[in-house]
Amino acid sequence: MTAPMTEIKHHLTDALLIAYSAGTLPEGFNLVVATHISLCDECRAQMHEYDAVGGAIMDEEAPVTMSDDSFAAVLDLIENGDIAAPARRISSGHFPTPLQEYVGGDLDAVQWRKVGGGVRQAILKVDKSASVRLLHIPAGVSVPDHGHRGTELTLVLQGAFSDKTDRFGKGDIEVATQDLNHQPIAEMGEDCICLAATDAPLRFNSLIPRILQPFLQI
Amino acid sequence: MAYGAYGAVKALGAMRPKSFDVKEVSVETRKKPDRMAWVGHLSSIRDQKDRSAFAEVFTHFAPRVKAFLMKSGASPDMAEEVAQDVMATLWRKAHLFDPAKASVSTWIFTIARNRRIDMLRKQRRPEPEDLTWGPEAEPDQADILALQQDSAKLTDALATLPDKQRDLIVRAYYGELTHSEIAEATGLPLGTIKSRIRLALNRLRHQMK
Repeated sequence: MTAPMTEIKHHLTDALLIAYSAGTLPEGFNLVVATHISLCDECRAQMHEYDAVGGAIMDEEAPVTMSDDSFAAVLDLIENGDIAAPARRISSGHFPTPLQEYVGGDLDAVQWRKVGGGVRQAILKVDKSASVRLLHIPAGVSVPDHGHRGTELTLVLQGAFSDKTDRFGKGDIEVATQDLNHQPIAEMGEDCICLAATDAPLRFNSLIPRILQPFLQI
Repeated sequence: MAYGAYGAVKALGAMRPKSFDVKEVSVETRKKPDRMAWVGHLSSIRDQKDRSAFAEVFTHFAPRVKAFLMKSGASPDMAEEVAQDVMATLWRKAHLFDPAKASVSTWIFTIARNRRIDMLRKQRRPEPEDLTWGPEAEPDQADILALQQDSAKLTDALATLPDKQRDLIVRAYYGELTHSEIAEATGLPLGTIKSRIRLALNRLRHQMK
């Protein structure tokens, strides 16, 4: 996927980038981070920087003795093991490659389900430590007013939305924490498609979404 | 003699006496190689399937990978298994190493991190897609040298951090900190490597236009 036409204004936080480099984020967050980095050179450069910090930490470790037959075992793995060299991963489609790998295809392969108000979603399969979904919000439509118990990452893949904090266009990521109550509204024009991950259930501020919550799995 | 210190080399010799010639290990490689020397080792592994270079990389890095994994919560047996797997992966993927983007220790760290997630958490780690412009283009020697030198500076910068700060950042990489604790640990002075990588990315992208 080529770089977006518009400049990315909202980036990953250092804390997310460090945790992504360290490999300690939930799988669902890793997916949003990897998808954003696929679109954002700025955060890609930061990722390399934090990988370098990890390399420096590892290189400064006091060595722990390997078992006696360790090297022979590695040679055996090289001769007989099944470690395939990966193909280059470049997307020519709508979604960046890491997202396509979880969708099982591009935008046209998404299995949308209606969740009311014209909004559609598709839940992607990841481990239980976070949930991740694609959201399709028609232009001009708003997502129910909600707060967060944990952290919510929302990455714009198409169109744009605004909430009380700012406007988020293609490639922008909103990192919402417990402090933020917001009601994102999709901009007029193109429908808005987002990738959103949460590590705790959202907290809806009105009754109907709250009742529907178990069914929507949000 | 000095080669005796390389237990790995001995094991290699025992396994494959015909394919290994001890004379190939030059005098220079007896001391701990610096970053550019490790880059050279990776090229030899990639281009010549150089087993003596691989043995030296193994001898230096495998015990450090194992140490890192144990500090990150792996049992000694699991850390040993993952470290072996990391070294085998390094051999197989040597052609993917890009010395204009990472030092050898950084690259090995990323392999170790990914294998840990694969093997311990039984998950795949979503990776950003590859850039459309590289790394087929042969990286510029000056870029490689600059990146490798900055990587050394980063190690120095980490070593000279106040103990409390250093401890915090190290624990973030061991997975011992919560998200908000990591947020407090950020803003550390990590030197020039950020701007260097950014310059290299900009230049590459410009070349492709």
